[in-house]
Amino acid sequence: MTSMRIPKLILACGILLAGLPAAAEDTDFNLVIREHKFVPAEITVPARKKIKLVIENQDATPEEFESDSLNREKVVPPKGKITLFVGPLEPGRYPFFGEFHKETAKGVLIAK
Amino acid sequence: MLGIAILVFREVLEAALVVSVVFAATRGVPGRERWIGAGVATGVLGAVAVALSASVIADAAAGMGQELFNATVLFAAVVMIGWHAIWMATHGRQLALQLKALGSEVSVGHRPLVALLLVVALAVLREGSEVVLFLFAQVAGGFGWVDIAGGIALGVAGGCATGFALYLGLLRIPIRHFFTATNWLLLLLAAGMASQGARFLVQADLLPSLGPKLWDTSTLLSDRSLLGQTLHALIGYDARPAGIQVLFYVITGALIVLGMKVWGKPRRRTHGAHGAPQAR
Repeated sequence: MTSMRIPKLILACGILLAGLPAAAEDTDFNLVIREHKFVPAEITVPARKKIKLVIENQDATPEEFESDSLNREKVVPPKGKITLFVGPLEPGRYPFFGEFHKETAKGVLIAK
Repeated sequence: MLGIAILVFREVLEAALVVSVVFAATRGVPGRERWIGAGVATGVLGAVAVALSASVIADAAAGMGQELFNATVLFAAVVMIGWHAIWMATHGRQLALQLKALGSEVSVGHRPLVALLLVVALAVLREGSEVVLFLFAQVAGGFGWVDIAGGIALGVAGGCATGFALYLGLLRIPIRHFFTATNWLLLLLAAGMASQGARFLVQADLLPSLGPKLWDTSTLLSDRSLLGQTLHALIGYDARPAGIQVLFYVITGALIVLGMKVWGKPRRRTHGAHGAPQAR
């Protein structure tokens, strides 16, 4: 009984691995962190497409890009640049913030 | 100070909950305090090291170093928990038999405590490195040392107190169900970590999301609420999981159960009729 379940699991893992790296023909969208603020504070991206976000931190302090609605978090080192992928998103507003400077570092990603 | 305390609390809480589950699961094991203490200490040192090399990690692997690092740490913890669970399933029966036969204490010191030490260390490292980075930012931002020290003290105390409360709660489980409960908790902990690991790999575009948002229960229970975060740390609750996270969750749980069933079976059946296998 139990041994019957193993092949199914292996199969599931196989399917999973087969679908691994989806080739990236994505569009880049850039954000800058300057004086603990996101520039621009509003960024519009196409809906229903996987989006590549590039965030550059021009401050001398670390920041953490975080968004509950996008289910993403990533540290942006001081004077550093990071990349992360989001979506495909349904049309709507997706707020994000800088975890380390919540009062000032706020923004929203709008999927259209 | 309050802002600092809240962030420190959030991170310490997640690590403290993991430590409590491990502490409960090792109930009665001699010297466990030393093992777990060593795990926490290793984790704190690791957290500082990770925070100091944040830029290096971020730039590694074509900018996906952070995701790979976090996913690796999470999957390593999953493997450690799995190893421990399967070991317990294999040896638990023998230990129980020995206990009955001898009627005295048998040292369970051979169980892979190093696996649980690593689980603790990795949890502290992951959450701790964010705290350290955050504190760097606050120091650079000109916060006074009173604010920072006070924030750390409050946050750490609050997080540890919540972890301790969970431990005391677990101790109220009747002893005959106790280790079943802690085993399940460890299993769910591992499944939740696998789901988080998968999320990082989706974020780095190394895994397909299989649906970026399988469901959304954020209005019912937000990830940011105290309960949401507690459940996130304990059983991997996610208000908006990607499809692949759920898949990783289920597969991890299933593999550990399977491992426990397969390797947990007594190998040599000495008395014939007694252990007759059921027909299919």
